[in-house]
Amino acid sequence: MADLSYVRTEMVPEQAPPPSSVGVLGWLRENLFSGWFNVLLTLLSAAFITMILAAVLPWLFHSSWTAGSLNECRQQIAAAYGEHAEGACWAVIRERHLQLLFGFYPSELYWRPVLAFVVTFLALAPVLFPALPRKMLWGSVLVPFLVPWLLWGGTLWLPLTVLAGFGLGYVALRGVSGLAGGLGGVVAAAAVAVLWWLFLAGPVAQGAHALFPLGLEPVPSRQFGGFMLSITIGVVAITLSLPIGIVLALGRQSDLFILRTICVGFIEFVRGVPLITLLFVASVLLNYFLPPGTNFDIILRVIIMVTLFASAYMAEVIRGGLAALPKGQYEAADALGLDYWKAQRLIIMPQALKISIPGIVSTFIGVFKDTTLVSIIGLFDPIGLSNAIRADTNWNGIVWELYGFIALMFFVFCFSMSRYSMYLERKLQTERR
Amino acid sequence: MKNTVFPGVLVVAGLAAGVAGATTLEDVQARGKLNCGINTGLVGFAAPDANGEWSGFDVAYCRALAAAVLGDPTAIEFVSLTGKTRFTALASGEIDALSRNTTWTYSRDVDLKFTFVGVNYYDGQGFIVPKALGVNSAKELDGATVCIQTGTTTELNLADFFRANNIGYEPVPIETNAEAQQQYLAGACDTYTTDASGLAATRATFEDPSAHTILPEIISKEPLGPLVRHGDDQWADIARWTLNALIAAEEFGVTSANVDEMASAPTDNPEVNRLLGTEGNLGEMIGLPADWAVKAIKAGGNYGEIFERTIGESTPVGLARGLNAQWAEGGLMYAPPFR
Repeated sequence: MADLSYVRTEMVPEQAPPPSSVGVLGWLRENLFSGWFNVLLTLLSAAFITMILAAVLPWLFHSSWTAGSLNECRQQIAAAYGEHAEGACWAVIRERHLQLLFGFYPSELYWRPVLAFVVTFLALAPVLFPALPRKMLWGSVLVPFLVPWLLWGGTLWLPLTVLAGFGLGYVALRGVSGLAGGLGGVVAAAAVAVLWWLFLAGPVAQGAHALFPLGLEPVPSRQFGGFMLSITIGVVAITLSLPIGIVLALGRQSDLFILRTICVGFIEFVRGVPLITLLFVASVLLNYFLPPGTNFDIILRVIIMVTLFASAYMAEVIRGGLAALPKGQYEAADALGLDYWKAQRLIIMPQALKISIPGIVSTFIGVFKDTTLVSIIGLFDPIGLSNAIRADTNWNGIVWELYGFIALMFFVFCFSMSRYSMYLERKLQTERR
Repeated sequence: MKNTVFPGVLVVAGLAAGVAGATTLEDVQARGKLNCGINTGLVGFAAPDANGEWSGFDVAYCRALAAAVLGDPTAIEFVSLTGKTRFTALASGEIDALSRNTTWTYSRDVDLKFTFVGVNYYDGQGFIVPKALGVNSAKELDGATVCIQTGTTTELNLADFFRANNIGYEPVPIETNAEAQQQYLAGACDTYTTDASGLAATRATFEDPSAHTILPEIISKEPLGPLVRHGDDQWADIARWTLNALIAAEEFGVTSANVDEMASAPTDNPEVNRLLGTEGNLGEMIGLPADWAVKAIKAGGNYGEIFERTIGESTPVGLARGLNAQWAEGGLMYAPPFR
């Protein structure tokens, strides 16, 4: 047994990987310089990025924050960075940032939109993050009444009486259901609530206000503007378009002919018309249709139109989710003996909505950005305000600074929505990878 | 009318303030506010400051009108309107008067059923070119690329002018004035054409205004003025004579500084006395207090003061009076007699 091969009797100790394949160096080699072609691409990209930064960074930082006009900006920049220096005139943002955020809202009342924003977020939080206690949802229910009151002001009795309509409806539902069955109860509840809102809520609120004046200083819609306007329109349209879209998507798949026709007709009509057309209808055409002297709030009109528009798109996105669901899921729901609504609530919708999340969030982001279109009908959203600011002789000629600021603000909102949707997708990822 | 602003009931409470039968003047006085339509932002003519206060040449007229009718130049609801929404807003009654650099044309007056109450600015379309181009007349612009705002009368005027002079051009369509400035400065077009007042305001914002020149040709007539709806002649008279009062005040040397003094006692000039209500009953004829013109003039000064403060040569816009000087000084501003 002389010609034995070498047999190792002990393990070689583990060694650190070679320095060229770990750490920064390894990452660089693997991702940026892993072949002659990638080296070339890396160098080209680096040159391109350097070129862009070399042009933009000096402009960003050779700036003036304190000037009172564009010409003053230019003088300050020339004095500080040399005769031909190009720099941003951020002074316009410093002077007008509150206007870009709040429009012409009275400055002593800025706390109201801010509080409304915070309250809205608190109300949405239990919906967005299931980890929070469910009891918070009861607070969320009150927010749709609280926020408009905060924004527009007026008497506190108005939202209270509107809320009372729901209470009366509930009482009618309870009372009549016992006597005339479920359908009768629903009809009675709706009738009582609508009659209350149409004929009694206004006078009762005014009467109560005369007895116990509780209220905030009213702020007319004309003074709304800036991001506050975009967020108001965007949040309402986003939160309402999802439930309306679900109903429309279900209606489109319904077997009831009239219901299906109405839903298809609505969706196809609204999707076939540009949003600008709907906005012009809201601002111009309605003025002719409504009786003269009618004071139908312009922002409310716009919100209705944007909501309808978003709902039609949302319905199609959700229909996509429904179509992606295997037929077996429907059959399983039937086999369990669930009725239509229970099946939708417990089995179909949770899955269909989960599939649709990227599409839904895309629609949300699109709606939020579309709110800038209202500048075309003379409302002062951030884009409209940037025009108005340029009309000031001090700031005429400023373009990039204003658009840059607006773009940054929009990016913050849209990017957070997008990140949230990714969080939601990860959390809901259960099967079928 | 109680101004409830909660949107939920606005749907319901929409039918407020029965207008049937009431005159515009009564409506405005009952409301306590004048609804005045203005631009969403035009240099020198209408712009909000950092506090949201509107000012400018067109805005000043609104303030004078509010002062004449309500005695308070701040009792105004400014309704910002775009070129597309301005006429429906006036026709539907959303606003009481429109003061938004609107050109007085036949079809707007006759077909759209508005009453132009006068001209507060005589404008006209011009061209701006870089001096380096070496062009001294618009007729030398053969083959030039022209930046032009789409959907405006300027587009049609431009086509007419070039066809009449039998020269060619290449249009570069743009949407807004701000875009036009950028395109023109970037060299996307040889020349930019719009109203001469707009060109002057635009040139004032350039880093080196002296490198650009506004050509002498004015290729269109753009008489800009305030307007009201057809059908209420009393209101049209109030709007017309408020404008005339401002113009006449300049002619007679009545300014915001001396109007109180001149109105305190009759002066030597009977027409000034009638204008300021110290003689005769002109105010009563029009349905306003005797001192309506005093209040209008005090709101922002006479026509000349407003012009100097908002768009005149001392401002960055830097417009010369030109056609807008008083008739006695070679301009077209000519107020009919207050008699």
